[in-house]
Amino acid sequence: MAGACRVSFHPDAADGPAATGAAGAAGADSELRSVAVRQGLSIGLATGAYGISFGALAVVGGLSVWQTVALSALMFTGASQFAFAGIFAVGGSPLAAVTTSTLLGLRHVSYGALLAPTLRPMPPFKKMVAAQLTIDESTAVALAQPTRDSRRAGFWSAGVSVYVLWNAFTLVGALAGSRIGDPNAWGLDAAAAAAFLGLLWSHLKTPHARWTALVAGTLTLALTPLLPAGLPLLVAAAAAVAIGEWSRK
Amino acid sequence: MMWWIALLTAALFSFVIKFAGHLIPEKWLAHPAVKRTADLLTVCLLAALVAKQTLTSGATVAFDARVPAVAVAAVLLWRKAPFIVVVAVAASVAAGLRALGWG
Repeated sequence: MAGACRVSFHPDAADGPAATGAAGAAGADSELRSVAVRQGLSIGLATGAYGISFGALAVVGGLSVWQTVALSALMFTGASQFAFAGIFAVGGSPLAAVTTSTLLGLRHVSYGALLAPTLRPMPPFKKMVAAQLTIDESTAVALAQPTRDSRRAGFWSAGVSVYVLWNAFTLVGALAGSRIGDPNAWGLDAAAAAAFLGLLWSHLKTPHARWTALVAGTLTLALTPLLPAGLPLLVAAAAAVAIGEWSRK
Repeated sequence: MMWWIALLTAALFSFVIKFAGHLIPEKWLAHPAVKRTADLLTVCLLAALVAKQTLTSGATVAFDARVPAVAVAAVLLWRKAPFIVVVAVAASVAAGLRALGWG
């Protein structure tokens, strides 16, 4: 359904307030919004439940329950949190933990820039909330939508639901500690992978897009053993964009 | 105490990085070439996320129950199944294979 109802919309065609004028367009708009919200909530559930493994791992590694909960609430970006807790667990230095988690978060600069045209204008406080909710999942859901309204709906539904569930499940994991089983036994990792594929799907209509996507995916795999976690994603995407731009000429 | 300071510092840096992207001036982003590149970056970012989430485990490339699960998801997407169905079926396939002792 997500793919089907997008077919008739060019990404730019329904942008802006003009599209909400006619009654038919308004109906289509609210349909697009609810598709975006459903996608956001699905991802929120699949990703949020993963917080349980972070909570358990951090506490087993020696962080206190409060420190574990603070990491999810304040840092709120999976890869950086796992790195911080991991460095603590193996007796690394605080400086190494700060440096590594910060490096892993660098990709978020580009996320903010990609989201800005959709989310602006925002009052300063809302902008700060949006910044805190700017993560892989909320950015992916937002950018996968065809109109400005549905992009906003996707960003906020994914961002808020991941935030709430990630923090709730972090607490559950932290309290349960090592008694928690492996969340992958429920297939949550595959659910997140399928969700990202679902978001990518509607962007693969042209051969150029399919080819560029293949380059990005392959580069990610090639760079994974070479760079610290979080960076292969950014470097691969950036390189694939460069190749894509070059091959378009 | 040392670790609380480290934690709060790292969290602050994380927020500043996220916030910085949202503060990039409007006119830098309005340029048509920037918009075209942003659209391409969306495709690349999503494709990189799919590859990472399907085929990597920590710093290694891994082939496990996620691969058949995502293959089933691809078939469902091709058949235009609803998003939530695709996600739920992928989770069930991976959970089922693991319950049987594979991946």
